[in-house]
Amino acid sequence: MDQANKTSAPAAQLDRADTRVRHDEGIGGWLRSFYDRVRSGDLGMIPVIVGLLLISAVFSTLNPVFLAPNNLTNMLFDAAAVGLIALGIVFVLLLGEIDLSIGSMSGLASALLGVMWVQFGYPVPVAIAGAIAAGAIMGLIYGFLRNRFEMPSFVATLAGLLALLGMQLYILGPTGSINLPFTSGMVRFGQIYIMPMWFSYALAVLPGLLMIWTGHRTRQQRAAANLSSTSMSVVILKAVLLSAALLFAVWYLGKGRGVPWMFGVFVAFVVVMDYALRRTKWGRSLFAVGGNAEAARRSGINVKRVRLTAFVVCSSFAALGGVFAASRLASSSQQAGTGDVNLNAIAAAVIGGTSLFGGRGSAWSALLGVLVIQAISNGLTLLNLSSSLRYMITGAVLAIAVIVDSLARRSRASHGRA
Amino acid sequence: MAEGQRKTAKGELLLSLRNVSKQFGAVTALSDIELDVHAGEVVALVGDNGAGKSTLVKILAGVHQPTSGTIEFLGQKVTLSDPGKALEMGIATVFQDLALCENLDVVANLFLGHELNPWRLDELQMEVRAWTLLQELAARIPSVREPIASLSGGQRQTVAIARSLLLDPKIIMLDEPTAALGVAQTAEVLNLIERVRDRGHGVILISHNMEDVRAVADRIVVLRLGRNNGVFTPADSHEDLIAAITGASDNSVSRRAARKMESLGE
Repeated sequence: MDQANKTSAPAAQLDRADTRVRHDEGIGGWLRSFYDRVRSGDLGMIPVIVGLLLISAVFSTLNPVFLAPNNLTNMLFDAAAVGLIALGIVFVLLLGEIDLSIGSMSGLASALLGVMWVQFGYPVPVAIAGAIAAGAIMGLIYGFLRNRFEMPSFVATLAGLLALLGMQLYILGPTGSINLPFTSGMVRFGQIYIMPMWFSYALAVLPGLLMIWTGHRTRQQRAAANLSSTSMSVVILKAVLLSAALLFAVWYLGKGRGVPWMFGVFVAFVVVMDYALRRTKWGRSLFAVGGNAEAARRSGINVKRVRLTAFVVCSSFAALGGVFAASRLASSSQQAGTGDVNLNAIAAAVIGGTSLFGGRGSAWSALLGVLVIQAISNGLTLLNLSSSLRYMITGAVLAIAVIVDSLARRSRASHGRA
Repeated sequence: MAEGQRKTAKGELLLSLRNVSKQFGAVTALSDIELDVHAGEVVALVGDNGAGKSTLVKILAGVHQPTSGTIEFLGQKVTLSDPGKALEMGIATVFQDLALCENLDVVANLFLGHELNPWRLDELQMEVRAWTLLQELAARIPSVREPIASLSGGQRQTVAIARSLLLDPKIIMLDEPTAALGVAQTAEVLNLIERVRDRGHGVILISHNMEDVRAVADRIVVLRLGRNNGVFTPADSHEDLIAAITGASDNSVSRRAARKMESLGE
């Protein structure tokens, strides 16, 4: 970067030439810019943290079992399936579209798993692949309807909700439910398999170390390119906070059963999809189409293909979520994927910070949001409330999440942020 | 653009439109438009509101497809079926509405659709190139890591122009590039247009501002109600140009025609 060095004064970095801009340095600066962001409506993780604190306070006073390590482990087992479905819906929400059939899709996938594995005797991997393929095909159909006929995804997927539910009932036949063999690895994965403690601790430390390592490397590269970068103290502070939180969580869960493999697999998917969203051209084009589809089209992005892939990813993850749910419940039944699964998954994504209006969101929102949703659902179950009350409360939570999303969006607009 | 593309010589015919028409239902937006653009020249496209300038731009950008007529690019007949095709061939456009994604930052917008390293975005290189490009344009952008939503109108215009130059196109089309700009920035954009022309690109400039047009254009093509209405040079008088744009009957062309009619009638 010789050229860059020659053209700018030694003190002025490429991105520091404009004197009108306040550049926040160090930990104090980081806190100040964080405060500014929140005030302008860029809430980040705050709704999740506030939500989790509130929920823990309320439910643990009502029933101390709520915060017991074993109950939290259970919660993580339950969270994986809905979490995967929420992870899928993030991609569709990013485009400003919606898929209301994710619950039915997961139900159909769990039915397919049961039928192919238990009734037809196919090997488990084949059955899982078949279920996911069914999801992918459904996504292709939604994408086709949206692209070819301009059918609003709201209507297309509402039709799909019924059609898929019908298919689920049809293939399950008159018995209505298929039990999965309890001794199989599939069911044990959904109910028993727990990570060894040393492995959990290693995983808890890993993100912090990665943060420091990539932070250091980025810093060096940016310095070489004459660009400013976040100060190392901020990176280290973040890494330490994150590692402390994760280590505490693992230690606390370790007092009971520990961290389920199922949850670990879910988090692994989140990490992979986060990479796809942030660091690939495809992810970038998802944000672009969600922000301004016409601008994306004029930039040469194939908007239709982007939409198609988003629907395929969403339905495939819904199907995988269905497979996880089946292994958790050890059965494929007519009830799988019905009721509040749909809205729980959408609410999880929205609570986690993915906007219903498109163009904003992240893969992590599925993980964070599903913790909130699962905590509420688990807490209500512990209180032995009837399902009528549970539905009402979950509905109210979804409504609040959307209101927060709308208000934050309006605030961002008036503060000149997207 | 792709390395394999041959260099164009100055003065070479880049783009030629013959009998291009566009209908939107019952409305004829353009009829029998003829337009030539050579390498290293600035062609200004002027006309009143509703003259069909923006429609023509959108056809050349691949946003709309012409109802009839032919488009030749570098001597080859082409169909601009979508914006990607036009970009690929080397026709870059800065639209009047800028077509930026407000939720993405400046770097992401500059490289949208042409990101470096698709499977592992090279943010660092993109940011460096963004700053270099913006400095070449003497642009005042506070930060390339802020979303477009936080930029002013002029800053957005600059980003849009910078984006069109990123791919080193054969032809760059600017739809009202100076409409939202301050004095210094307008001059900067005009300088930039000349720089782009001197590098051997063809420039199509659409503007209502006759001062800007006269300052940089080599030829001025007038459209009126969707038809060609004469080609002028900056040397032609202001009145003639205005008359051709507004279609006022009292201009040299109509006077000449009227005299002919009279002499025939006698």
